[in-house]
Amino acid sequence: MSQLQASLLDLIRRTSTEVPDDVNRAILDSLEREKKGTIAESALKIIDQNIGLAKQKSQPLCQDTGSILFYVDCPVGMDQLAFEEAAHAAVLEATQKGFLRQNSVNSLTGVNDGTNLGPGSPTLHFHQHRSETIAVRLVLKGGGCENVGAQYSLPHGPLKAGRDLPGCRKVILDAVLQAQGKGCGPGILGVCIGGDRSTSYEFSKKQFLRTLPDRNPDPALDELEQDVLNTANELGIGPMGFGGKTTLLGVKICAINRLPASFFVSVSYMCWAFRRHGVTLAPSGEITQWLY
Amino acid sequence: MTPLKVPIDESTIRSLKVGDAVSISGTVYTGRDRVHKFLHDGGTLPQGLSLRGGIIYHCGPVVIQDADGQWKVTAAGPTTSIREEPYQAQIIRDLGLRAVIGKGGMGDQTLAACKEFGCVYLHAIGGAAQVLAECVTQVSNVYFREEFGSPEAIWELQIVNFPAVVTMDSHGRSLHAEVLQASQEALARHL
Repeated sequence: MSQLQASLLDLIRRTSTEVPDDVNRAILDSLEREKKGTIAESALKIIDQNIGLAKQKSQPLCQDTGSILFYVDCPVGMDQLAFEEAAHAAVLEATQKGFLRQNSVNSLTGVNDGTNLGPGSPTLHFHQHRSETIAVRLVLKGGGCENVGAQYSLPHGPLKAGRDLPGCRKVILDAVLQAQGKGCGPGILGVCIGGDRSTSYEFSKKQFLRTLPDRNPDPALDELEQDVLNTANELGIGPMGFGGKTTLLGVKICAINRLPASFFVSVSYMCWAFRRHGVTLAPSGEITQWLY
Repeated sequence: MTPLKVPIDESTIRSLKVGDAVSISGTVYTGRDRVHKFLHDGGTLPQGLSLRGGIIYHCGPVVIQDADGQWKVTAAGPTTSIREEPYQAQIIRDLGLRAVIGKGGMGDQTLAACKEFGCVYLHAIGGAAQVLAECVTQVSNVYFREEFGSPEAIWELQIVNFPAVVTMDSHGRSLHAEVLQASQEALARHL
């Protein structure tokens, strides 16, 4: 096994079995805030226990180990095909070791060949930068939360949402309402305003690479993020939809350009089992730093 | 926390109310998409297998076989239940189920069947695959593993102190419907 493959295998293992520190802290904070003796509090206690147990046993946090999404910042001239081959080998090995469930199904035949390899699995996003460092971030996103994601085209008549930030706010909060507890809340929203349909969803998911306490450098988006977070937490949906104070742990929003004719707002919902880690790699493939 | 021991009688089920935390022990059977469609389409359980007074668990566990041939559950959280809504009411009636364990809640048909036949919907904590796998003490049997594949098979599991919450009771109450309505009203005040 190459050094790169070994490093990617370790990245997959850690991502599947350990929530990043920022998410762990947010869950512990929400446990503090939740009213004592409620089913919402007991749900968060079980979540907290599960986080500890999965890390201790190095076993998947959730049995749905999710879509495998790699985000790679690479030096100019890096062999992306070789990287992709190493990533495929690491995914196969992680599946054989049980860090990933046999989770990839042929959409036409229904066959699950047990490898987690096939069209769209894993997905790799490469981005070149002028640095010798390779930075690899991995998100594993389960199906339950992916199913409650939503894309809105503005203006949206039934919600009376126009092509402005108040309109965006309305549709984002509608997505939270529609999701209820079905996405295994408390959840985290990644939102993109603008773009074409597929690019918009892609950028909404990239918001999950931000840490929860970070603040948006754009004041208008920062205000919207805080507003949606606070308002969602006043809806009383709560952990698992049991009712309670914590409906969301975080909201991250970006804006990209759009066509004059289009105005999409894409909302991706991440479950509490927020699996995201990242590493920087030396040219040899060795891990030099964990990013979260 | 109310202890629930399988098999469960009707009066115990009728005494449970939305919001009650329960701790389940005894035998449960996993069943998800393939099993529900199969039973709904007229398929029958293997000879000798009865779920009367029992529990079906919406779960596709990760199960491994050790060197001695023993099955061991390594991850066993609930899967989203609403996909079984077209089938669940009939299966509650035909199999004589007293409880369904899952996540995310179910709809009006299942709620009506819970009321008519004396059944409850028990919400387990989604994503808590390790905590819930720890509650599985033994895998007693497996049915339809070849036909449906491992995650979709009926696994007969012995569980001890498995935590869940009653979110749909046998008196027509659904926490999911109540939280939806209350949150809709709350959102209307914020728009």
